[in-house]
This record gives sequence, C-alpha cells and structure tokens, in this order.
Amino acid sequence: MKTIPVETTINGDSAEFLCHADESLLDVLRDRLGLTGAKEGCGTGDCGACSVMLNGRVVCSCLVLGVEAQGAEVETIEGMANGEELHPLQRIFLEEAALQCGVCTPGILVAAKALLEKNPDPTDTELRYWLAGNLCRCTGYDKIIKAVQTAAAEMRSA
Amino acid sequence: MAFDAQAERNFKVVGTRVTRPDGIDKVTGKAAYGADVSAPGMLHGRILRSPHAHARIVSIDTSAAKALTGVKAVVTGTDLAQPEDEAFADVAINCLARDKVLYDGHAVAAVAATSKAIAKQAIRLIKVNYEKLPHVTDVDEAMKPDAPVVQEGRALETVPAGMSQNVTTHCQFGHGDLEAGFAKADKIIERSFKTAATHQGYIEPQACMASLGSDGRGEVWCCTQGQYMVRANCAAALGVEESQLRITASEIGGGFGGKTSTFIEPVALALSRKAGKPVKIVMTRDEVLKATGPTISTSMDIKIGMTKDGRITAARGELRYSGGAYPNATVDMGAQAAFAAYDLEAVETVGWNAMTNRPKEIPYRAPGAPTAIYAVESVVDELCQELGLDPLDVRLMNAARKGTRSSYGPTFNEIGLVATLEAAKAHPHYTAPLGPNQGRGLSCGFWFNFGGNTCVSLNINDDGTIGVVEGNPDIGGSRASISMMAAEELGVPYDKVRTVIADTSSLGFNDITDGSRVTFAVGLATIEAARAAIKEMCRRVAKIWDIDEEAVIWEDGCAKPAGPNAGTHPPMTLAEIAAIAGKTGGPIAGHHEVNADGAGVSFGVHLCDTEVDRETGAVKILRYTVFQDAGKAVHPDYVEGQMQGGAVQGIGWALNEEYIYGEDGRLQNAGFLDYRVPVASDLPPIETVILEIPNPGHPYGVRGVGETPIVPPLAAVSNAVSRAAGVRMTELPMSPPRLLKAMTG
Amino acid sequence: MVRVKLWGSLRALADGEEWVEVEASNFKELLDALAEKYPGLKPQIKRGVSLALDGVIYREAWFTKIGPENEVILMPYMVGG
Repeated sequence: MKTIPVETTINGDSAEFLCHADESLLDVLRDRLGLTGAKEGCGTGDCGACSVMLNGRVVCSCLVLGVEAQGAEVETIEGMANGEELHPLQRIFLEEAALQCGVCTPGILVAAKALLEKNPDPTDTELRYWLAGNLCRCTGYDKIIKAVQTAAAEMRSA
Repeated sequence: MAFDAQAERNFKVVGTRVTRPDGIDKVTGKAAYGADVSAPGMLHGRILRSPHAHARIVSIDTSAAKALTGVKAVVTGTDLAQPEDEAFADVAINCLARDKVLYDGHAVAAVAATSKAIAKQAIRLIKVNYEKLPHVTDVDEAMKPDAPVVQEGRALETVPAGMSQNVTTHCQFGHGDLEAGFAKADKIIERSFKTAATHQGYIEPQACMASLGSDGRGEVWCCTQGQYMVRANCAAALGVEESQLRITASEIGGGFGGKTSTFIEPVALALSRKAGKPVKIVMTRDEVLKATGPTISTSMDIKIGMTKDGRITAARGELRYSGGAYPNATVDMGAQAAFAAYDLEAVETVGWNAMTNRPKEIPYRAPGAPTAIYAVESVVDELCQELGLDPLDVRLMNAARKGTRSSYGPTFNEIGLVATLEAAKAHPHYTAPLGPNQGRGLSCGFWFNFGGNTCVSLNINDDGTIGVVEGNPDIGGSRASISMMAAEELGVPYDKVRTVIADTSSLGFNDITDGSRVTFAVGLATIEAARAAIKEMCRRVAKIWDIDEEAVIWEDGCAKPAGPNAGTHPPMTLAEIAAIAGKTGGPIAGHHEVNADGAGVSFGVHLCDTEVDRETGAVKILRYTVFQDAGKAVHPDYVEGQMQGGAVQGIGWALNEEYIYGEDGRLQNAGFLDYRVPVASDLPPIETVILEIPNPGHPYGVRGVGETPIVPPLAAVSNAVSRAAGVRMTELPMSPPRLLKAMTG
Repeated sequence: MVRVKLWGSLRALADGEEWVEVEASNFKELLDALAEKYPGLKPQIKRGVSLALDGVIYREAWFTKIGPENEVILMPYMVGG
C-alpha cells in the first residue's frame, strides 16, 4: 500500500509525515511521530484514552484517520505544559492525587482543558457528562472531578 | 518491631499528602507504559484466536502466512515447552493452545511481521482445521454429570467421586451445630443467587516487547503486576533459565489482579527467538476481554436463621464458582470470606469450582470474596426487612470482634469491624431522608490482606540523598508511600528519597503486587532496610567519636551521643556521614529480605442510596459512603483513592458489567461499548471515612487497603435497589432489563 | 503436642477429625507430622497451605514456632488480586 504525505501542525509546530490511507491519527502520533502520550485503550472510541484536539475539538484519535490531519491543528498532551511550567490542570491533578495508574490521565486532561476553554465554570453534572467518554478504572472519578473544579476556580481567578 | 513499641510515634512524613514521584511524567504524557517503547529492528506480533468455544485442533497450516512478504516468524503451541508443573503448564497452554481450544478467544498461533498491517494480514492466512466439541459456559450446567467435559483428570482429591469431571475443587469451612442453630431461629431465609463474570477492566491492554537470542538470553519489557512472575512463567514456557531472562516492568495502566498472569510475553519471546529480532505485542481491547481476566461467574445458595430481636443463630452457604477453562482456588477464598463479618455459633460454607468454556479466571481484587459476601449480605438485609430491624444495629449485634471464632477458623485479634460500623451509624448519611423510589443499602466487607516475599535495597548516596530499590510495580502510588516510610525512618525530608522499581536482574525475588501487600510488605522491608543503614551509620560515627556503637543513637536524621556518658559530640547529619563514607569504610546501604506475614485483615462498611426508574429499570446512585479500617494511612489521598476506585468497580459489577455468552458459546460483548464500566456521569461523589486502627504486625501500623473496597458494593447496591424497587434482587448485574423484569413480574 | 484444626474438606482425608494432634514445635514439623500421620493430606500440603497462629495468618514460614498454648488452624494457601 502506498503512503500519503501529510502536512499538519502539532502542538504549534509544523509536522510532516507519511501514512497509509487506513492508518489512524493515534497510530501516526504514536508510531510515526513518537508522541506516545495518547493511549489506545480500546480502538473503538469508547474509552477516551486517545483524546486529542483536532481544530479545537476533542476527538478520539483512534477514530480519526492520519490523513485527516492534513492542514489541521492538532494538540496533544505533550503540548499542554509550557516548558517546565505545568498547566493548572496538570499541576492540580498532581496536588490532589487525581490519578492512580495514570494511563487515562492524558486523555482526561485534554478533554477537561477543552471543556474549561468553552465553559470556565461548569457544574459537577456538566463536568461529569463532559468526561463521560473518558473511562478511568482506578479513581472512581471523585478526585478527578474535584481537581478539575479546583483548576477551573484557579483559572477563573487568574 | 511490633506496633506497640511505636504507639506514641509522632509521624512527620507518614500521613501527609506529598506529591508522587512519577507524577509529572504521568500528567505530561512522558510516562512509558507497556505499549510505549520500541526498539531498532522491532517486529510486530499478532495472535490468531479461536472462534469456537470448544474444539479439537486437527491441523494448523501456516505455510501461506510464512510465505507472505514481511512475515519473519510464525509460532504455534508446539513452539512452547510443556512444563511439568501444572500451574506453569496451564499458563503455557493458555498462551498458545496445543490439542484443544478451550474458549472463544483462546490463542492458537502467532506471527511476527515488519508492520502491524502485515501481521494482521498474515494471521488471516493461517488455516486451522477445527473439530467442534460440545461446550458449556454456565456453572450450574457444567456441574451436571453429563455436561461436556472441558478438561479431563483435573479434579483434586477433595472432590467426591461421581461428579462431573468439570468439578475441580471442593472445600468446606465452619463450626458448630447448624441444625440446633436453625431450630433456635424465629425466621429463616434461604435464597439462591447468581452473579455474572466481570473483567478487571484496566484501561491499558496487555503489551510487551521481547527479545530472545539463540543463546537463551532474553529481555522483556511489559506491563505487569509482577516482573518475577513473568520471568518464571516465561522461563517455564520457553524452557530457558530464569537467570537469562531480564524482565522490566513498565509503568502499569491498571491491573486490579488482572495483570498477575502472563498471556503474551512467552509468545513474543518465542517469535523473537525464531525471527532473531525484538517483537512487540499489544493486545486489542477485544482480545483483552476475550482472553485475559475475567473473574469468576457464580451460583450460590445462602440460608440464615435469625431471632426476632436480630441475633443470627445459624448460617450456611453453598458456593459454586466457575473460573473458566482451568482449575483455580478462588472458591476457597470466597468460602472463607463469606461470613467473616459475623460472630456465629454455627456456620458452614461449602465451595465448588467447575470448569467452563470461558477464559482462564485471573484474580480480580479480593478474589472470591465480593460475590460470596454479596449473597450473605443480601440475606441478612432481607431478614432485617422481614423482622423490622435496623440493618446496622443487627450487624453491630452480630459483628465479629476480638475473641470471635471466625467463620474460616482462626480466632480474631483486634479487628476494626465494630468501629467501622459505629462510624457508619454516626455518619449523617445513615439518617438522611429518602424520597419515593429511593432505597438505602448497606453491606460489610472483608479481606485477608497478604504480606509475602519482598526484597528492598536502600542506598545512602554521597550527597546525603536516598535511593530505594524495590521490586513491585507501582500500581496506585506506592513509590510515594515507600519513599515516605524511608524518609520517616531515616529522619530526612521526603524529597531526599527516590524509589525505583527494579528489573528482575537487579534485585532479588519479589512476589507480585497483589493481595494489598505492597504498602504493608515493601513498606516493612523498607523500614528494616533503613534500620540496617542507620545501624551502619551509627557504627561509623562511633568509630569517628571513638566510643561504643551502642553509645550512638539515631534521631531526627542525625547520629547523636546516647547520653552524657557518651561525650559531648555535636550531632552528625546523614549528609555529613554520607559525604565521608569512603573514608570510614565505604558506601553505606541497608537491605532487607523477608517473607512478610502479619498483614492483618481489613473490614469495610459501605452505605449506598439509589433511585430506581420504574419505567426503564435504570438505577441511579444518589449517594455513596465508604468506611474502612486502613490501619495507619501512609498517604491518605491514595487510601481514599483505593476506597473510591474499589467502590466504583463494585458498583459496575452490581449494575452493568457482565460477560454475555451466546448459545454458540461465544462472547457477545467484547468491547467497552457493550461491556459497560461506570463512567463519570453514572456516579455521585464517593465519600470516604478512613479509620486508622493500627495493625500490630507492622512497625507503623499499616495494613493493606486495596482489596476490601470492592467487596461491599455488590450487596450495598443490591440492598438499596431491592428496598427502592420493593422486590428482592438475587442476580447481578441488575441491568435495566433485569430490574424492569423483576419489578413488573 | 500441638492441636491443629483442619478445614472441613480436609477432614475426610484425616479420619474425619476436625482437630488433630501431632508432635511439632514449628510449622515445618507440623506439616511433616501431618503428612506422615495422614497421607491423604499430602497433596494439599504440597499445593500449599497457610497457617493461622493465634489469629495471625502465615503463608509459608516453616520455622514459625508453635506450641500447645497456641491456637493453630490450617488454611488453604491464600491468593489475592
């Protein structure tokens, strides 16, 4: 099968890659670009561990083709911190122990950041429904919800 | 070393909420899990799996797959050794079937190719000629004498003659005169229950990268709860020596018991040996659900007698568990745990395990206990309802306490059940008002907790910092807890300590991360290793001061003269001692090797409020509170996290999660869409109340906390739903169709 | 002599006794003595047993001291998740 050249922007930097027509964006990120922060938990869009931003929308990168990144803006967990300065969500997830094994954490952080950019003051219910596509098997979600709310409050007052 | 000696200890580090050492990597995407590494020249492995529930393998033709360009190796069951030891043999046969496939999803062959796409294409070219055999997937059916036999000759000597060959295990526990006990009861309730198999549901599928040379030397990188267990399984399955295999545990994306066995590592090693290149295998979710994990499916009968004022007079349980296509001992654990929360004069639990054409059961958090205790706690709740008694008062009246002869034999020492029940009774949740179609459920839970084989090496670095090397994968923040205990014992700040997880060649043997053992046993070994290092530091300082070793004591991170007779030497800090270690005798380290015992049983109580929708059968969890005796909580955030996470897994087990098999014996819901684990919008906040009743078996009073929390939710939710719906539920999960049917008759 | 309690399903293999008495001063001697006196227990002992000594569960630990004053209960080898 022939590969297709794709030009895209990832975390603000231009990137070029070759991929097959049936290759997912997740596989491209992980296998071709070395960005392994997004995880494959299911490959069917049910777990959210592969969440990334594509042109400002949260997507399951396992359900997006690599070629769809042509000309697009992709943001991944690797682009969330500013150098050594963590995003408030990242820092507060650590401070409030909102992760255990951490494998769902990149997807949850990407999804939570997307929500707070649209809705800086979500109710717990809004937050829980927004994150309903991101499975976490360790925490029971309680500390995740609290940490996002703490981060939201801090970001509002910043 | 017992806790008594430390009872007045004022902890400085233990009990605080420090930031975990692996945290930044995990919030920035840098942490390397099983599937996140690659190697030069690496091949991609893929496994062909049986489409049949039970079939004889007549022949396998791999020639077309081998001929495909890019395919570098193909293996089948005959490429693995046949270990003599039954447990190793079961693992090997489960990794690649030999004569028969025992369940839908059983691995049959595997390929390694230069790309994922070619590997996927290649397994489709393997032709397997199957002769289908009759199958059985239900535990009650499997126990019938004429049931299709999954494996022959596997019954233990404890199984009476004349039963189906599927029955492998029989156990019985208890004491007292049941007949006399039931005769004293004012009310006897006898109920039968069924629970579906559930999966551990870790978000990270099994993944490994393996390399094995023709000289028998190999390396494996994999996500596992125990690198030494992987080494032993791989050595047996490949017929190589353990010393020649170095296994490195990656960061692990959840396990819950599900990563205490081996599925793909021996296959990757066998492929690598043939291909002469590293091979990476990453399971798909479909493979994870079909061929790893799940826990047992069960069928149970419980009979309990109670006086009209709430005293239990006798109790009997019969448990029939199926752990899939291989024998296992899970029912032993369930039968022992079933009535552990009660002080009973007459009790008996009988357990059976029967093989079915389902994947090999792998332990899931407190294996065997949640289902048995669900059935017991359901009948206790129904008795309370029938007799008009308060369910918490009844549990308090019958609670096991110090001096109680437990239902599984030993007499309890200090245990925390009564304190936990009293905390629940005093909590506002217990008396909060309920609305229409709402109900409150309560359940006790119990787990044994383990210690086990443990090695820890603790190095005093020359700049006065500390390196701890331990051998148990960190599944929920244990590196933080271990560093905290090292810091506490040495009297240095937490951030001076770094704990790493060793590969199998860098540290002696460690049991798997299971049985809620790590914070207890690795913590204990870390404290002892620190004490060994302290002893050595005191010895060095005694030489410098030219006084007796015994005249030097360790306090607040410094060596000090023991008293006025020892002289007026100013204290020497750990950093000062470390800086001159080379001059005083060489590097300073402490280590400790132990098979730790005395982990201390743990009890929990859960309260759950639910609302049922009478039109759809859907259940909403309104409020949930977890009470648990954790012993000393080393890192309270992670203790709460275990309590919350376990509770939610149990809620999933109670309400939605279920292995659904068709008439053809094939799994019908091998994906997260249809195997539905709880999501954030299904749940309320999970409140937690930690009780810290010190465990006398640990220097800091620590006991395991990870498993007990999954035990009570099944009955807590079922009791709440039964009261809300006005109908006693006896089958899990209580999915909407099942509840709707129960409510509408 | 040490009195040891056997769990129910082992009793059929030990002449039906719930409590059996053997000469032993530690866990290993206890297991050896049980295996000798009741050969039917050998397969279970080989598979592994735990020992509860005054309420504390030991999974292996051959040299754990036991005496007539202790409560000694045999239990199956414990497995966890």
